[in-house]
Amino acid sequence: MAAELGGDGGGKHKGGKPKGKKMSTRIDFTPMVDLGFLLITFFMLTTTMSKPQTMSVMLPSNEKVEADKENKVPESATITVIIGKNNKIYYYEGKTPDDAAGLKETDLSANGLRKILVAKNAPYITRIDELKARYPDKKDEETLKKAIQEVKYERLATVLLMKATEKGVFSNMVDVIDEMNVAEIGKYAIVDLSAKEKEMLKTRNFE
Amino acid sequence: MPKVKVPRKSTAVDMTAMTDVAFLLLTFFMLTTKFRPDEPVMVDSPMSFTETKVKEEGVLQILVDQKGRVFVTADGADAREKIAKSLQDRYKITLTANQMENFKNTETIGCPISDLPAYLDLKREQRTDFDKTSKGIPIDSADNQLGDWLKSAYMANNNYQVVIKGDRNTQLDKVKRIFEILQDNKMNKINFITSLEARPKI
Repeated sequence: MAAELGGDGGGKHKGGKPKGKKMSTRIDFTPMVDLGFLLITFFMLTTTMSKPQTMSVMLPSNEKVEADKENKVPESATITVIIGKNNKIYYYEGKTPDDAAGLKETDLSANGLRKILVAKNAPYITRIDELKARYPDKKDEETLKKAIQEVKYERLATVLLMKATEKGVFSNMVDVIDEMNVAEIGKYAIVDLSAKEKEMLKTRNFE
Repeated sequence: MPKVKVPRKSTAVDMTAMTDVAFLLLTFFMLTTKFRPDEPVMVDSPMSFTETKVKEEGVLQILVDQKGRVFVTADGADAREKIAKSLQDRYKITLTANQMENFKNTETIGCPISDLPAYLDLKREQRTDFDKTSKGIPIDSADNQLGDWLKSAYMANNNYQVVIKGDRNTQLDKVKRIFEILQDNKMNKINFITSLEARPKI
């Protein structure tokens, strides 16, 4: 309870005449510790040690591209995901279906969009897993990253087109990008709904 | 029964070691952390398992809250000064020297230009009240002030990393509008701020 400060407590009796009481120089340090911990708690609660996480997104440039200069993507490789309201997700593969019956419904759970994307991109996922098994060491990280990028950007690798309705929420967009990363899909674009798609959504009352 | 007196030992504990530990921890926290910047609005970031971190400096953050109000945080007091001067030219308003100082020292601002001089004169507590009902920076196509803020920011520092901090319930039409404004300003590489969650196993 007390730390020694060098003074001898008590002290010897100085002889007959009491010259004045020798005060003990022991100081109780408990309040100092309390203060110390109070300050620590203050700093722990009001400061932050690390910067928050980010997810990088590339927006397509809105300059008009010449039709022949556009990268032609084979239709079989595309999947269009439309974010609706109340966490509903609609999707279709390939080109826009002729009527609303072609729009399939799913959600953002583990059994929903993730299963569909993983199924569509399965051959590339197996190849990427093989690459990860081939380069397990930290020192091969760069080679591994480059190899994975090459697989993701191959001509027939899945391309995801993300479209959003007005009532969808931001967390849905982030979740779709997450599911894309789980399914190792590297090529994606955030684009606007086409008029046909808007019609289809309206007929099925989705929005 | 004979009274057995247990020899009493002193229960005093020497607190010196405890004090040392407390102050060491305190010094650690003081040196390695930064004060969390107070934002005018609380935003609940969506969860993602991405682990890349934001840059330390040179970040231009566009904060969109649940109602779709937009607030801009530009890193760097010098950059903010240039932004203020640029906004003055664009909108033909004048800020007094005091207001300029306040602009330089405020991290996050979100109010229409018409309210800006008055906002800069308010004290901190009054600002929190103002921010509760503020409309944020207008983004509709008729009054695209965000575009001007972005242009001014780009002129002040063309290496800004543009970051969007959105609430998880922000409607996507607001987000799409912000995308349009960014695309118009050729800022196509952006980042979203997310909270960390565990990566799911396929």
